[in-house]
Amino acid sequence: MACFIVPAAEAVITTIVAKSMKSGEKSNKNSNIKFDGNNLEAAEKIPFSKKLGWLNKLLWGGSVLLAFEHVWHGEVVPYFPFLTAANDPADMAEMLHEMSTVGVTMAVLVTGIWLGMVAVSHMIEKRASKTTTAKN
Amino acid sequence: MTLLISIFSAVICTAIWYKNAPKSRMMVGVLCWLYWGASIMWLADAIFEYAELGAEYFNPAPSDILNDLYLGLSVVALGLIIWLVILLVKDPKGVIKEALFKKKNL
Repeated sequence: MACFIVPAAEAVITTIVAKSMKSGEKSNKNSNIKFDGNNLEAAEKIPFSKKLGWLNKLLWGGSVLLAFEHVWHGEVVPYFPFLTAANDPADMAEMLHEMSTVGVTMAVLVTGIWLGMVAVSHMIEKRASKTTTAKN
Repeated sequence: MTLLISIFSAVICTAIWYKNAPKSRMMVGVLCWLYWGASIMWLADAIFEYAELGAEYFNPAPSDILNDLYLGLSVVALGLIIWLVILLVKDPKGVIKEALFKKKNL
């Protein structure tokens, strides 16, 4: 009914956090990485704000397309109060229940997958710098 | 059906992105984020629906399949339009700027 609102709210928060982190971030130290497996090239680790940007993009992208699905099903309308469920107290309770179950699961699943991506990228970064230092 | 269409779109876009990365300036990554984000969220929705309906979830009525197919294709179209707008606004190849401004030889 309005489950996309939960990940959209998370997207607003993470966007603000990413913006504030970006302004206060220092550049990472340079290292040499073999991108093609042969030649050493100067490289710099991407900052955490950029990784947080991945989460923003997942959340915003998913929320926009899901909002469209809700328009398709007539649950979101372009006039006040924008949510058809808001007109009836029984529908409103159902909507809040759906937000607290499906909506929260959506946000948790996206965040969990992003955490997995961050962990994998951390491993790749570690392995790349380890291989380079071992061969130097 | 909508979940399947969005997953297929996400996989195809990711393959295209990987094939052309890192030199491509077509911003296919935008499409990847859009479709993966929607796919993950619809997956959560599908889990709840499966918990409620059980095996019946996999036997939708033909009219539901048709409606979901239509919705899935519309979602893909919307994603493509969003990508196109971002591509034209950011104009990484400078094509729009070149069309709007005449170069002057100094």
